[in-house]
Amino acid sequence: MLVFEKSKEGRGFSSLPACDVPEVLPKEEYRRGLELHLPEISENDLSRHYTELAKKSYGVNDGFYPLGSCTMKYNPKINEDMAGLPQFTEIHPLQPESTIQGCLEVIQKAEEYLCEITGMNRMTMQPAAGAHGEFTGLLLIKAYHESRGDHKRTKIIVPDSAHGTNPASATMAGYSVVSVPSMEDGCVDLEKLRAVVGEDTAGLMLTNPNTVGLFDKNILEITDIIHECGGVNYYDGANLNAVMGIVRPGDMGFDVIHLNLHKTFSTPHGGGGPGSGPVGCKEFLAEFLPSVLVEGTEKLTLKKPEHSIGEVKSFYGNFLVVVRALTYLMTLGKEGIPEASQNAVLNANYMMNKLKDIYPMAYDEVCMHEFVMSMEELKKGTGVSALDIAKGLVDNGIHPPTMYFPLIVHEALMVEPTETESKETMDKAIKVFRKIYNFAITAPDSLHQAPVTTPVTRLDEVEAARNPVLRYQF
Amino acid sequence: MKLGEGLVYSKSHEWVKFEGDTAWVGLTDYAQSELGDLVYVNLPEAGDEIEVEETFADVESVKAVSDVYSPITGTVCEINEELLDSPEKINEDPYGAWLVKVENVTAKEELLSGEEYEAFVASEQA
Repeated sequence: MLVFEKSKEGRGFSSLPACDVPEVLPKEEYRRGLELHLPEISENDLSRHYTELAKKSYGVNDGFYPLGSCTMKYNPKINEDMAGLPQFTEIHPLQPESTIQGCLEVIQKAEEYLCEITGMNRMTMQPAAGAHGEFTGLLLIKAYHESRGDHKRTKIIVPDSAHGTNPASATMAGYSVVSVPSMEDGCVDLEKLRAVVGEDTAGLMLTNPNTVGLFDKNILEITDIIHECGGVNYYDGANLNAVMGIVRPGDMGFDVIHLNLHKTFSTPHGGGGPGSGPVGCKEFLAEFLPSVLVEGTEKLTLKKPEHSIGEVKSFYGNFLVVVRALTYLMTLGKEGIPEASQNAVLNANYMMNKLKDIYPMAYDEVCMHEFVMSMEELKKGTGVSALDIAKGLVDNGIHPPTMYFPLIVHEALMVEPTETESKETMDKAIKVFRKIYNFAITAPDSLHQAPVTTPVTRLDEVEAARNPVLRYQF
Repeated sequence: MKLGEGLVYSKSHEWVKFEGDTAWVGLTDYAQSELGDLVYVNLPEAGDEIEVEETFADVESVKAVSDVYSPITGTVCEINEELLDSPEKINEDPYGAWLVKVENVTAKEELLSGEEYEAFVASEQA
């Protein structure tokens, strides 16, 4: 039930103080013609309404959430303590620089540490999330080629295992997308890559470890091929959690990257956002970075890069998310950051090895921070699909892994436990995965019905996609 | 898996019906069953040139967006506009739900007969 449906005329509460300035109406032309449909409800009922909604939802704080390629790690509470400090919250973006030196120091430190981890020279905190970062990074690549009068570079190369956002961002930035196939082992096909590069190549977009959870062993050759034809290498930071503090995208030959602070650096993710997608680059691209960068040592100031592409979001991006990420970095330190990655990889390999005798692995080798299983055989044998398995997990109190992605694996389930799960939690999840597999063999129909224990049961996804109802009708 | 009447098939699971140098292109029954319920179809425009093995359309199911590859080279003279509002027609009647009508067909990839296509799908599944 929506809050509008609980509304009773004349009921309500107001926490606004009495108005102590004369009331002034906006000009006629700016006034709203339609009635404003605000729900009228008591504070008690409103509080219960949101508690009820919270009970129906599921997040990292409720239990295991192994959503592959999303890094749903635990967000330490100290991050929230720091982000809630009034010195960070009770400021205005237009305040004089001299009065917000501490905030500028946060941005500067975050930039310094994140550049150190990624092997970049400069970084902007302005983009709001991953795909926004991709778009920003591509605009940097475009600005670079155009600044050299090189207008023939119209193509961005993207492997077929890439996140859907990569080709989408490239298209948004005005590029045409060339897809390169992966080899049997999920890595980029070097011969095919060589065949498509040339004078029209603006750049390459890649994640490493790649989307099937494997580290591409040819990475130096891949980035060389692009550099040799005059292109720029873009690193999608989606999978950085496997390698942070261990290997740097900058050393792999990447020139521009985005990070997802809400994945890798423990800031709230998904509905709990907002996100943050800083974009880092090598020196030769820094003059094109958007917005302003923090400069100076004693007295910090904000300075716009010489040939900046302009603004991609208002002011300094989602600043309080940067505060959280910096808190995480300083809490873990230079020993803790690589240890987090090592544990993320260890956990994924532990789960994979405890499941691979019954669940077919798409790539049966040591994985990085996530692994991909294929339900193709199971579906042929029993009619139980990846979707059915996922819904069965929901009935057992586990958030499903990523489904039907990457596209190059049929009936895919992609599991990313992250480093913040204990052995006990994973053992419990392994038991559930095994139990559901047995259901698939012995009682496949029960999985077609799942979930049956949740506030809403199996939803009609097709109807929802074909006829979405996105507005409440008064 | 159903097959259509008087059609030839591509290895990327499109069907083609030829009449002189005009052709109709659609998705096979096998393709629609693998894709699942379709919720959105993106078609080219009349007048667009399409080329062998290049993508000319995409279809979206609740699982994923998939490219549709052209088995022929030619000029699109008509698109099946009905599909834009009712993509489920492809699931219901794959051999009736043509995507594009193509004129001046100048090239085509090696296309399979119904029997050959059936054998190809069987070998892919093996």
